[in-house]
Amino acid sequence: MSNVVELQNVDKVYRGVIDTQVLFGVDLSFEEGSFNSIIGESGSGKSTLLNIIGTLDKPTRGEVFIAGNRTNDLSKGRLADLRNRTTGFVFQFHYLLPEFTARENVMIPYFINKKEPAELINKRADELFDMLGIAKVRNNLVSKMSGGEQQRTAIARALINNPKIVLADEPTGNLDSGNTTTIYKIFREINEKYGTTFIIVTHDRRIAEETDRIVEIKDGRIVVDIKK
Amino acid sequence: MMLSFRVAIRFFKSGRTQTLLIVIGIAIAISIQIFVGLLIGSLQKSLVDRTIGNSPHITISSATDIATIRDWERLVAKIEQLGDTKAISASASANAFVRDGETDLPILVRGFDFENADRIYNIRSSIYEGRPYGSQREVLVGRDLRDELEVDIGDKLAILLPNGTVYTLTISGFYDLGVASINKSWVIADLKTGQKLFGFGRRITSIEIAVDEVFEADMIAYEIQQVLNDKNIKIENWKELNEELLSGLDGQRISSTVIQAVIILSVVIAIASVLAISVIQKSRQIGILKAMGIKDPAVSLIFIYQGFLIGLIGSILGITLGIGLLYAFNIFTSNPEGTALIDLYIDYNFVLRSWLVVLLASTLAGVIPATKSLQLNPIDVIREG
Repeated sequence: MSNVVELQNVDKVYRGVIDTQVLFGVDLSFEEGSFNSIIGESGSGKSTLLNIIGTLDKPTRGEVFIAGNRTNDLSKGRLADLRNRTTGFVFQFHYLLPEFTARENVMIPYFINKKEPAELINKRADELFDMLGIAKVRNNLVSKMSGGEQQRTAIARALINNPKIVLADEPTGNLDSGNTTTIYKIFREINEKYGTTFIIVTHDRRIAEETDRIVEIKDGRIVVDIKK
Repeated sequence: MMLSFRVAIRFFKSGRTQTLLIVIGIAIAISIQIFVGLLIGSLQKSLVDRTIGNSPHITISSATDIATIRDWERLVAKIEQLGDTKAISASASANAFVRDGETDLPILVRGFDFENADRIYNIRSSIYEGRPYGSQREVLVGRDLRDELEVDIGDKLAILLPNGTVYTLTISGFYDLGVASINKSWVIADLKTGQKLFGFGRRITSIEIAVDEVFEADMIAYEIQQVLNDKNIKIENWKELNEELLSGLDGQRISSTVIQAVIILSVVIAIASVLAISVIQKSRQIGILKAMGIKDPAVSLIFIYQGFLIGLIGSILGITLGIGLLYAFNIFTSNPEGTALIDLYIDYNFVLRSWLVVLLASTLAGVIPATKSLQLNPIDVIREG
């Protein structure tokens, strides 16, 4: 399998009154279709790493390749385009737009570029709503949904453009254990069904145990990398 | 582009009170602009109408001692060829007296070809009794002169000419041109009557011209001067004879423009400041849209569309309110006898122009917050949680 994400010697320094380096020479790659977790304590640099993979943040040094594209020299517009086409984000907070219904929120990544025919997308949206068990609330405004439903809607939104990579940062951090189990099951199902690469950041070792590869990061350095 | 518009509409709807307040504010500002603009426009038009509505805009008279113009048909033909004129009327006029018992009243006999003069003075519609003159022996008398002479249709008028001879003419009708001095002094007769009475032969005393574009009368007069190129004639236009009125109109126009510019400026500032706050309020949403791959131009468009929408709704309400105010003003300020203080004139070109300016200005007002939205970084929104 080819690598869909590749980081070469990545450093990240936050400039300020005192410069803070959070990543030190990270070399890391993820295979297409793999199901991975990144674990570490808070402040270890795992979220920063995920944001760099998601092209939301830039490395201070080193190279980043996403789906074969070297991102270092890409313009803001090209990066936005790459994100829209290849990456789906699921954060700890759902980050849905409160002004829109669940279905409209899910369709937003599609509306940004409209690369595929509308019929296909509508079908995929229905499929995702069914798979995530939120078909009943699809026309509800965000405020009219439970926390679990909101997070599932956010997952559907991450998947609507059929991205190569899903980046999830503590996706169940705000959910109860029942919802947490369901969501990881859905992640696995999607991974198997669509071959989507998952990179899940979590501080919960039990969740990480369910993935095929665990990367542990400590003080900005990779200390453990186990493939099952 | 569609997404930006959708997001703009939703942002617009979600901040209901804020949206309502800014739209009402814009509507009031625009209504004042429309009200003031149309009121001053109506005032100017009625002033100009009253001054030159029923009078020639350009007058050609003789510059020679004999005060008459020869060969005038050739001049009229040349002026007609220019094509800038609405009506051309030759006139043979001179002062005389009319006998009223023991006293003689000064009058001005105006000899016109009725049809031509009618197109300048609207004589036909101002005849309130009787009919136009049908022969060279008939004349029209004004309302004030009639009252003084106490005459009626069919009565004879004894005209005392400067050479001492008395000529008798019959009254065919009475007119009211709306100006007391004219109604009191003008005795309107046929062109040939004028020529005969004063011994002008085939000559005339003036050529009077009305034009469609009254404010271009000076340019047209200059053109006529160039074409005729005759030292024996003198050309005057209403603008040089009414300089004070024109400078008054100019003053009004400038003050109206200043008021409108200030209103537009305040509209732009109001919209820009409300949208700048909206950028802060919606920074989380914008950050998320950016994380999902929306590009900067599309984000900018959201705020530009919002500016446009505020301008669109505010201006439509404002224009309706402004025109309504104008009609209300007209009703409440009418004269005791019930007639309007000024004749309302809705200049649709002005309304359309103002509307487009407001739309453009409010859309441009969205550019300022749009620029601000470019600085938002999705990572900041996500880090803040």
